[in-house]
Amino acid sequence: MERYWKVLRLFWSTAIAAELEYRLNFLVTALISLGGLAGSLFGLFLFYRTGYEFEGWSWEAALLVLGLFTVLQGFSAMVLIPNLNKIVNQVQQGTLDFVLLKPISSQFWLSTRIISPWGLPDLIFGLVMIGYGGSRLGLGWADYGLAVLPLALGAITLYSLWFMLGATSIWFVKIYNVTEVLRGLLEAGRFPIAAYPVAYRVFFTFVTTVPAQTMLGQGGRGWLLASTLLALVLLVVANRFWRFALRFYTSASS
Amino acid sequence: MQKAIKVARVMLSVYYAYMVEYRAELVFWVLSGTFPLILMGLWVEAAQGDQFDLSPTDLVRYFLAVFLVRQFTVVWVIWEFEREVVEGRLSPYLLQPVDPAWRHFFSHVSERFARLPFAFLLVGLFLLLYPYAAWWPRLDNLLLGLLAIALAFCLRFLMQYTFALAAFWTERASALEQFWFLLYTFLSGMVAPLSLFPDAVREVVLWTPFPYLIYFPASLLINRPENVGRGFAAMILWSALFWGLNRWLWRRGLRQYSGMGA
Repeated sequence: MERYWKVLRLFWSTAIAAELEYRLNFLVTALISLGGLAGSLFGLFLFYRTGYEFEGWSWEAALLVLGLFTVLQGFSAMVLIPNLNKIVNQVQQGTLDFVLLKPISSQFWLSTRIISPWGLPDLIFGLVMIGYGGSRLGLGWADYGLAVLPLALGAITLYSLWFMLGATSIWFVKIYNVTEVLRGLLEAGRFPIAAYPVAYRVFFTFVTTVPAQTMLGQGGRGWLLASTLLALVLLVVANRFWRFALRFYTSASS
Repeated sequence: MQKAIKVARVMLSVYYAYMVEYRAELVFWVLSGTFPLILMGLWVEAAQGDQFDLSPTDLVRYFLAVFLVRQFTVVWVIWEFEREVVEGRLSPYLLQPVDPAWRHFFSHVSERFARLPFAFLLVGLFLLLYPYAAWWPRLDNLLLGLLAIALAFCLRFLMQYTFALAAFWTERASALEQFWFLLYTFLSGMVAPLSLFPDAVREVVLWTPFPYLIYFPASLLINRPENVGRGFAAMILWSALFWGLNRWLWRRGLRQYSGMGA
């Protein structure tokens, strides 16, 4: 376990050092995520403009969901997307061999090799939005604290789905655009689940709506339990799926 | 002329073969275009209460049309061009008697054909889910709509290729596109039909190229054409503008190009 911590520290310090070579990038990504934020607010405003309201979600509550979505978007830009691109590269060029030879879990290596600081602006803006919505609704620190667990569960769910998508590159090889599919999956979390027709609700309840409900003190224990179960099951499935996929890995150019 | 046709045919078939090689990637591309379908769900639910000008059926049709238009106007030239410049792979293409722009253009066009079956499959699936929304565009609207889609693709390609030329001066030309894409996402009618925008916003947006890339062709396809003449004029004007800018930047950029790594 300790070895993993040490490796993780090394991975991340080298990755950040490498990324900080491009400091101007930070300004660019900050501008882009600010623009994205303005756009999402505009999108939400289009719904609330005429007095329509997502069932049971006031404007401020919907802002909470949007903020949580932005936080998760930042998380995926920091960890998920850069690592995923790496997996695809390694399968295509056959360098996955070297990863498999290392005496640590290959899933760990592939999921944590890179951290990119460019997701930070999204993370910060998301937190600001949650803070704004929360203060309008009079939420206290305890409420925010309660939401941390479901948010982490949402992140785990997302990670597992993402890793399984990445593992399919063993068969399909060139799938850089899986990141786009992932983004699409996440995109639905912009809005509270109540805004969707029933048929849509199955897929994306857990990621952002459950944390927001917990924050608002509406979510029952049932939801929390369900999202815990989902996250755990998906995590195990992702691991199994990866091992299964590796059986089909034939390396390239050797 | 005959030579041009031959070159076009060869390029189309070569890139078609190349695209079909990685079919899984294509499926993922189609899936990643589902953003309009998610928004369809939202708007259909919202329109149940009659608070908006459009009925749920209209909205289903609109977003299906948006999905289709999106499928045919996806462009990614900036990422390829950026890599070619940064890695110096542009150099051999410059020696050929065909402008490298055409290579990218035909690779995009042939990808459309490879994508066609998947896109129609998804549309079919949706019509199964919403059978009441099935509709047939009037013949003249259909033809105009197809023309508008083709023009929208050309305009979007031109815009992105123009931004791509910034790669001669900077390593992160794609940041420009990322920013532009944000505007495109929120102003083109992908998030909501323009008729649901506040009036002031709509008036401003109609002067930008964005609504003509999605909203205009989509509204033709669902038989609700608006200002057809103005739409086509705007598209041609914006295309001309970007064409000029593009050629100017291309000439300046080539002088700047150092053929890194070659």
